[in-house]
Amino acid sequence: MDSLALLLSRLQFAFTISFHIIFPSFTIGLAAWLTILEALHLATDRPVYRVVFDFWLKIFGVTFGMGVVSGIVMAFQFGTNWEVLARMTGPIQGVLLAYETFTAFFLEASFFGILLFGRPRVPPWFYLFSTAMVALGTTLSAFWIMANNSWMQVPMGTVIENGAFVPTDWGKIVFSPVLWVRFPHMLLASFITGAFCVAATGAWYVLRGKFPAEAYVMLRMGLFLAAVLVPVQIFFGHLNGDYVHDYQPAKFAAIEARWHDEQPAGEVLIAIPDEQTQTNYFEIKIPVLGSLIGSMSFDSKELGLTDFPRNDWPPVFIPFWSFRIMVGCGLVMLLLAWLGSYLSVKKRLERNRLLLWGIFLSFPLPFIAILTGWFTAEVGRQPWTVYGVLRTADSLTPFLTAHAALISLLVFCAVYGLIFIFGALYIHHLLRIGPAGRLAEPPAHAIPNRPLSVVDDPVTTQAQGE
Amino acid sequence: MVSYWVFVLALSILLYVLLDGFDLGIGILFGLTRDEAKRRGMMAAVAPVWDGNETWLVVNGVVLWGAFPIVYATLFSAFYLALLLMLAGLILRGVAFEFRYKAERMRPVWDLGFAGGSFVAAFIQGTMVGALVQGLPVANGRYIGGEFGWVSPFALICGVGLCLGYTLLGACWLVRKSEGELRESAYRLIPYLSIGLFVFLMVVFGYALAENLRVISRWLERPYLFVFPAIGAVAAIVLALSVRTRRDGLPFYMVSLIFVAAFGTLAISFWPYMIPFSITVTEAAAPHSSLAFMFWGAGLFVFPLMLVYTAISYSVFRGKIGPSESHY
Repeated sequence: MDSLALLLSRLQFAFTISFHIIFPSFTIGLAAWLTILEALHLATDRPVYRVVFDFWLKIFGVTFGMGVVSGIVMAFQFGTNWEVLARMTGPIQGVLLAYETFTAFFLEASFFGILLFGRPRVPPWFYLFSTAMVALGTTLSAFWIMANNSWMQVPMGTVIENGAFVPTDWGKIVFSPVLWVRFPHMLLASFITGAFCVAATGAWYVLRGKFPAEAYVMLRMGLFLAAVLVPVQIFFGHLNGDYVHDYQPAKFAAIEARWHDEQPAGEVLIAIPDEQTQTNYFEIKIPVLGSLIGSMSFDSKELGLTDFPRNDWPPVFIPFWSFRIMVGCGLVMLLLAWLGSYLSVKKRLERNRLLLWGIFLSFPLPFIAILTGWFTAEVGRQPWTVYGVLRTADSLTPFLTAHAALISLLVFCAVYGLIFIFGALYIHHLLRIGPAGRLAEPPAHAIPNRPLSVVDDPVTTQAQGE
Repeated sequence: MVSYWVFVLALSILLYVLLDGFDLGIGILFGLTRDEAKRRGMMAAVAPVWDGNETWLVVNGVVLWGAFPIVYATLFSAFYLALLLMLAGLILRGVAFEFRYKAERMRPVWDLGFAGGSFVAAFIQGTMVGALVQGLPVANGRYIGGEFGWVSPFALICGVGLCLGYTLLGACWLVRKSEGELRESAYRLIPYLSIGLFVFLMVVFGYALAENLRVISRWLERPYLFVFPAIGAVAAIVLALSVRTRRDGLPFYMVSLIFVAAFGTLAISFWPYMIPFSITVTEAAAPHSSLAFMFWGAGLFVFPLMLVYTAISYSVFRGKIGPSESHY
């Protein structure tokens, strides 16, 4: 086994999966929000909901397409770089991901077609139903992915026979208690991402004095949803901490940068953890809070990293900091959502340009929170791929050379970089045009199997029109 | 249970080859012309369906992993650089469909991505099949060939061969879907491509005889295999007739039939091996509990629905593409 090949393979997986997660985490939330919009449109018959719906449907199409394209690589990467993992966990992971593909293929593809070009051909209630089915499809996709990842975090319901995992109890695999706190955490993260992107777009239009009716719908709905969802998310985040505390104590100690046992344990707010000396520099620490967070008590003993064999330690720096960045983003979002909602109810939001700027510039926060949250979960799971059973170093394709791994990493960076830049520019362009553009008639050649075709305006002609 | 998943896998591979085959073939044809009107017509002929076609590739990947994890792990790690090239090609050609019409200044880049990506993906797929026929170096259930163990003259010839085959399939699809000059130029290409494919098959056959590949001995053991070349030959004759009489609908089905015959030939000459001649179907199959769990949901309900859905989307977009649709 080549240790450079291992490092490069890990970087490649981290890069491709991080790139990929950006798109689904947005589309899952957006699909749910589109369902709400369409329901409101049916209930109130206000045309503004319809305009906003059609506008976001375009963005949804582009993002969905980028998610599909970047996801194809995932189905291959386990086999190419992680041959031993693929061989051993195929009976579990392969099956769960097969379910993911099958569900996504079916629900999303078939009802997405109706979403794109079915409005004139189906009754309104059925159109709403199709929107809900697309939202359900994206949610189920997330469910299977989380089921798979949760099994890797806390493997249950399987035994090892002849060098491979064999499922003994699918109930435990699919309905693991870990999954039922992690899946809502991810789902809420997606909803909040959708809400913040919508609110930020609304704030942007208000700041520029464009599309006032649509902008207020976006701003208010986004902020109100976020104001309700962010606190719930923080609660689920706490539950996630509990499962890490109980099932992955070494990860928990790394997130807390706790090197030695403490009773009662303090909570390190900020520090520069150093694995060499096993100490924290520039530490700001609150006594007793660590026990309170870990075990809900004032005097519990909390484990430190030195309780575990050195070769079972996860890296400390990345989980420690990514966790804090995630929480920080969450708190800023909570503040913005509550303040924005309050001022919005008081009808003073539109005059508060400072807060509008804050909301507009906040759109990267949910993405950063999702990425850093995943970094915490995945880097914290190290040095294992299947926690406590299969080490990352042992999962690698044994004959993979650093040479081949470097080539593939560079190729993926180049290809993804190219499509990401172009996709981002394109979405920005659509956002600039705004919701007041052409509407109503679904593009004649939009195809269910081609989500991007929902927007058939060439960039150049419209750029001239501006 | 194992045989059900073999059936699902075989069917979805065959569907992928036929569907993405014509679509990659048109990508190659796209690179061979400079005429913007023809290019638009070609894109319009596959635009409604290409994405669905490629979904079958992902289906193949996950079914292979879930149902036959050892084959998935062995093949994918063996074909490391090959798969990398194929995926990069497929991604570039995929986004080219959308981006080509959205950015005029960048159009040459996306055109190159579309034609080049299609060619690379087709060539690599052929090369991988060739490497399988020749026999991958596998010991103790693990690939031992190194970074380029799958590259050989025979495999590369197969790469060219599959490009020819896909291009032929693509030309037949164009005949079926288009009219006017585009249809005529596709008709003119079919004889050359067919002859090219025939020459390729002869070369492969000769090579296999000369090298005494293990596949040949399986043929002598199983003479009933010759029914497949026979089907292929009949299809070729009907193809020639339908081109001569300009029956637009037929050529595509005939070339598909030739592909089915070739696929059947390969599948049955490998049987019961999944990686010839080292890993068998039974050795590769996942535990019964995995196969059963997949069967009672995905296999029994979703898979048939997917087939129905594919059929429906093709019937929605049946018929010729209109002139207005040539730029969608």
